[in-house]
Amino acid sequence: MARLNPWRWCVLACAGLYFLVPLAASVVFTVDVPGQGVTFDAYTHILSADGFLSSLLLSLELAAATIAAVLLLMVPAMVALRLGAPKLRPVVDVVCSLPLVVPPIALAAGMGTVLKWGPEHLSRTPLFQTFVAIQNPSFPFVLVLAYVVMALPFAYRALDAGLRAIDVPTLVEAARSCGASWPQALVRAVLPNLRGALLNTSFLTLALVLGEFTVAQLLGFQPFAVWIVTVSGSQAQLSVAVSVLSLLVTWALLLALAGFGGRSRTASRG
Amino acid sequence: MTATTRDKAVAEKAATVEFRRLRREFGKTIALDGLDLAVRPGELLALLGPSGCGKTTALRLLAGFEHPDAGEVLVDGQDVTGVPAHRRDAGMVFQSYSLFPHLSAVDNVAFGLRMRKVRTAERRARAAVLLELVGLGDKGERFPHQLSGGQQQRVALARALALRPRVLLLDEPLSALDAKVRLTLREEIRRLQRELGITTLFVTHDQEEALSMADRVAVMRAGRLEQCAPPSELYGRPATAFVAEFVGTMSRIPGHLDGTTVEVLGQRLPADGEVPATPEVDVLVRPEAVHVAAEGQGDARVVATAFLGATTRLTVRMADGVEIKADLSTHEAAALAAGTAVRVSLPRRPVLVAERAH
Ligand SMILES: Nc1ncnc2c1ncn2[C@@H]1O[C@H](COP(=O)(O)OP(=O)(O)OP(=O)(O)O)[C@@H](O)[C@H]1O
Ligand SMILES: [Mg+2]
Repeated sequence: MARLNPWRWCVLACAGLYFLVPLAASVVFTVDVPGQGVTFDAYTHILSADGFLSSLLLSLELAAATIAAVLLLMVPAMVALRLGAPKLRPVVDVVCSLPLVVPPIALAAGMGTVLKWGPEHLSRTPLFQTFVAIQNPSFPFVLVLAYVVMALPFAYRALDAGLRAIDVPTLVEAARSCGASWPQALVRAVLPNLRGALLNTSFLTLALVLGEFTVAQLLGFQPFAVWIVTVSGSQAQLSVAVSVLSLLVTWALLLALAGFGGRSRTASRG
Repeated sequence: MTATTRDKAVAEKAATVEFRRLRREFGKTIALDGLDLAVRPGELLALLGPSGCGKTTALRLLAGFEHPDAGEVLVDGQDVTGVPAHRRDAGMVFQSYSLFPHLSAVDNVAFGLRMRKVRTAERRARAAVLLELVGLGDKGERFPHQLSGGQQQRVALARALALRPRVLLLDEPLSALDAKVRLTLREEIRRLQRELGITTLFVTHDQEEALSMADRVAVMRAGRLEQCAPPSELYGRPATAFVAEFVGTMSRIPGHLDGTTVEVLGQRLPADGEVPATPEVDVLVRPEAVHVAAEGQGDARVVATAFLGATTRLTVRMADGVEIKADLSTHEAAALAAGTAVRVSLPRRPVLVAERAH
């Protein structure tokens, strides 16, 4: 590790202050009510508020579904790209970066239009049922679709970095010459060496889904981020408490994911 | 089991490999242009040739990683072109380090057995035996990044042997290693190959490696087989000028062809093998076949000497500017410092002639 000389200490301290001071101020603001001393009322209030648990659960379910969809879609595609058509990489690079330049609000508006237009024109076909099903408020699959698209650029970058670090064609051929079929070669030889990249992808997707507000709000669903805004509208202290809490929840989840990944890694390294 | 019965058993079990008119193109590049080659059971055959002549492509066709545009690959007389790579029964060691980074040495070796659904305890035991065989019995729990390059290639060799393949394919397995490790590993591969009696194809572009290890050497050029013969024959009686110059050192001396004899250095010598149609030819000679003697009136001069241990290699420039390399025993060469006037002659033996190079 690099030595921490005074100059570096200074930079570190400045960066720390930049992040920690607002956070500490928020926490103090929520627990120090004028005239009452220190109280955790704001937090207990949130936990008992209507919809806390259900919206958090919905967000987690959406995150899990999105992570699964992103990985199932991207991993085989990117491995195939490496093996079969390395020349197509720039094209895929551009396609996967497109969601970055489309603002979520445009995406939401577009999807809203389709969701309205679709059922009208398709009311006599089985597709009508599909439109209804993906908008089921208890698990709005349409949000998963939107989040997959929005997570694409991050997932692509994370997986690409992981694949760059290993020699995929040689690993696959080595596995195949050891009697592994195609799927076995992928699962047994390539995937275990992508653990870091898979973890990073899950991280980024999780953070994205937990914090996403625009699309969910515009399409009229209520996952955690939307619920926070709804709840916090009425009371200043509550609203800050809620954002501190959401920060903690996200951190806790990311740490859990990292801990899970790290543990299995050391286990396999013996 | 005595050595002879074992050898017999090995010879019965070992596979033959045959390439028939193999052709493979990559866009405009023709990697293989009608390759014909037969490998005998239990032999180590080295594929030798300049870079880009199709050695790797030939090996990959046999392993099932490439498919020929035309021609057949026969193993034990059966066409295997339709068989997928994982059922070909060919163990392969790659040029680049190809161990699975997430598995320890033992698990790497046991990988193939795991694919065959062998039970954990049994496959680890068998992998341990194989690691012992390549001299890494105590390194089984190490991960690839904790092993040196030579050790990694040994593990790769053990992994390739784990499924008792019918053919062993080695694609320049030593090229990433330093000279000393290369030498020991070379001997080790040879010993193992003999012990197991497994039919082996060994790709290399290091002629010394090919000549010292192989039962037979196949020299390739531009996707075709140039000559396939035991090392001594390849060196002593190269079939073509290309082989002659690619294997070992050759000097070209201009000569004049007259029927089946050739006049060179003031001598008249019989020409060996096929002769070109033109009378102006080059005679190809090995350095050890050239006689050099000091002679005050000689019009040739020694221009350089290189000490090689027991022998010294002289470079002699003739009056017409042609340079000839000659190997002399070091004490003979002591009298022939650079600048000495000398006379060059050839032994009275048939010589190889080739079309004049420009
Ligand atoms: N996948 C591929 N795509 C395009 N061209 C290829 C491919 N594989 C091989 N080639 C071409 O085919 C020719 C033969 O390649 P090959 O790898 O068999 O050569 P080699 O004899 O193994 O050479 P080296 O000693 O450098 O490894 C080369 O000109 C190479 O550029
Ligand atoms: Mg090659």
